[in-house]
Amino acid sequence: MLLLDLDRGWGLLRAMAPETLLTLWALALLLDAAWHHRDSGAQRRAGWLALAGLALSAAATVWLWASGAAPAGLSTTIALDRFRYAVDLIVLVAAALAVLLSVEYLDREQLRIPEYHALLLLATVGMMLLAGGEDLFVLFLGLELMSVSVYVLAGLDRRSPASAEAALKYFLLGAFASAFLLYGIALLYGATGSTKLQIIARQIGPLGLLTHPMLLAGLALLLIGFGFKIAAVPFHMWTPDVYDGAPTPVTGFMATAVKAAAFAALIRVLLEAFSDVHALWGPVIWWLAAVTMVVGNLVALAQRSVKRMLAYSSIAHAGYLLTALVADSMAGAAAFLFYLLFYTLMTMGAFAILALKGRGGERDVMVDDLAGLGEAHPWLALAMAVCMLSLLGFPGTAGFIGKWYVLVAATGAGYPGLAAILVVTSVISAGYYLPVVMAMYMKPQAHERAHAGVLVPRIAGATLAVMVAALLVFGVWPNRVLDAARAGSHAFIPRAMTAAVTPLPPAGAP
Amino acid sequence: MTLVAFWTFAAVAIASAVLCITRRSPVASALWLVNTLFSLAAIYVLLDAPFIAAIQVLVYAGAIMVLFLFVIMLLNLGRTAPGDIKGPWGRAVAVAAGLVLVFELVALWLAAPPGELELPAGTVAGTVAARGAVQAVARPLFQGYLVPFEVTSVLLLAAIVGAVVLAKRRL
Repeated sequence: MLLLDLDRGWGLLRAMAPETLLTLWALALLLDAAWHHRDSGAQRRAGWLALAGLALSAAATVWLWASGAAPAGLSTTIALDRFRYAVDLIVLVAAALAVLLSVEYLDREQLRIPEYHALLLLATVGMMLLAGGEDLFVLFLGLELMSVSVYVLAGLDRRSPASAEAALKYFLLGAFASAFLLYGIALLYGATGSTKLQIIARQIGPLGLLTHPMLLAGLALLLIGFGFKIAAVPFHMWTPDVYDGAPTPVTGFMATAVKAAAFAALIRVLLEAFSDVHALWGPVIWWLAAVTMVVGNLVALAQRSVKRMLAYSSIAHAGYLLTALVADSMAGAAAFLFYLLFYTLMTMGAFAILALKGRGGERDVMVDDLAGLGEAHPWLALAMAVCMLSLLGFPGTAGFIGKWYVLVAATGAGYPGLAAILVVTSVISAGYYLPVVMAMYMKPQAHERAHAGVLVPRIAGATLAVMVAALLVFGVWPNRVLDAARAGSHAFIPRAMTAAVTPLPPAGAP
Repeated sequence: MTLVAFWTFAAVAIASAVLCITRRSPVASALWLVNTLFSLAAIYVLLDAPFIAAIQVLVYAGAIMVLFLFVIMLLNLGRTAPGDIKGPWGRAVAVAAGLVLVFELVALWLAAPPGELELPAGTVAGTVAARGAVQAVARPLFQGYLVPFEVTSVLLLAAIVGAVVLAKRRL
């Protein structure tokens, strides 16, 4: 047990070691980019350096976790709990996967942007602040740091009008959403006199704020702002175009890490500061989850382009994650962490394969373009099939176990209706995941050389293999991850008392 | 006396803000905005926050407005541009948005924050007198809000790097 005094420089520095190290590393990468940016070898080396920085930050996170660091007194700046560490690690893994997948992609697409990796690291710092911020200020600044970096990453490919459109659209709507969020924070400050989550939680009861209009308006605006970032229906309009236009590894990063961090912040705000007023936001999240699942899955059915289909699929998955949040319980938080890791792996995998298949314009990879991939590239097709089945929630893959625990959390907290919607919409989602598998294995190649352009480079191939293996291994042997997720959810024990705290059934039950 | 000063500056601020958004010429709008910012600075003085007022004049009314005017000149926006609100639909939406804001203002007025949160009169002035205006701002900034302060600098750096990456002609 390591007590850290967050009011003193040294304690604060140790509590924020993962973020600080990563920031310094990003600055060093920027300096490196200033001198070495002429050749493609330098870009590759920057990629490896970025990976080292992510590993260093992950090591610091694991050190904090292992040392059982706890704040002396209230932690009003940054949380020292396992929820933060778990989300940090997921975000770091997603960033590392994005780096690994972009090394060869940037080469192939002739994108020479020396600052790429530094921006990616800065975005990751923003995400880690979102995962750990105990103050609405820190959360907002983390969100902006993440968003500003990702706006630029989305618009990297300056030769492509679609990329520029994606960046601009993302920027404008993101700024719009930030304004909502900031206004919400201002009203919450007006109502409670603080921006610190734990103090807000303590003020609500004694000050009799349960139905105070200022609190209600602030909370509503906050939910709208986060709704945009996690792409929940009806705030999802930007998602398909932005995901479609951005370079594919960046899209994977956006669909996983950005969403994970915004979700983590939303969960922390709701469970830590507003657990007492669950009656206010519970129904809102219920409807958001239901509408997001239904609309995301139904619209995905109509998509022919694989990238757009995956964009709508990620919207649908936001609905599943919201379902875990409605429960307002430790079980919900654990199910969320558990599902988040698998969602990150399978979505990254799907986008990685798309990046390999599409050459110079993966915008236009239609489902039918994958016809016969099973014959031409059996391993690649197998990887895609595993990702699709896992996204669908097929038994034997990690996606199934993840969905299972979300269902358990939702029914355990008394939301059988939402669980039913989850099951029904998951069945609907077979209507767009399975055609991809069918096209790969059951349709002949369009012509002899249909997949001749698909080359699987070494690094991306190895990364993909690891991801797919993880999906299969965790699908049948989830215990270790489950334990970690459960440990992560312990962050919310003391406050999440309004809902029945339903522990997860013993690991390996299904 | 304070009340008279407050209402005067408030009226000037609101009138200049209205003029700022109704003028056709961007330069005129920018100049009316300067007026609004100056009036706000005066109101900060009335709130016992002279340091914030000075910063408001230096940064907002000074630096940022110069930047605005530069951009207007660079983009050659000196001519009058067509209005943003077009057609009956646009007008209806604008009126509706305005009404929502008015409604919200009234609702928030009626739902004043709980009395426990209100500082006793003269607290801010007391702090300023005891510690000086700069220290009254600097202490929370570099102690309680150290992390947000530092993250802001990282955020600005990311924005600068991003702007350069997107705007650089030759990479």
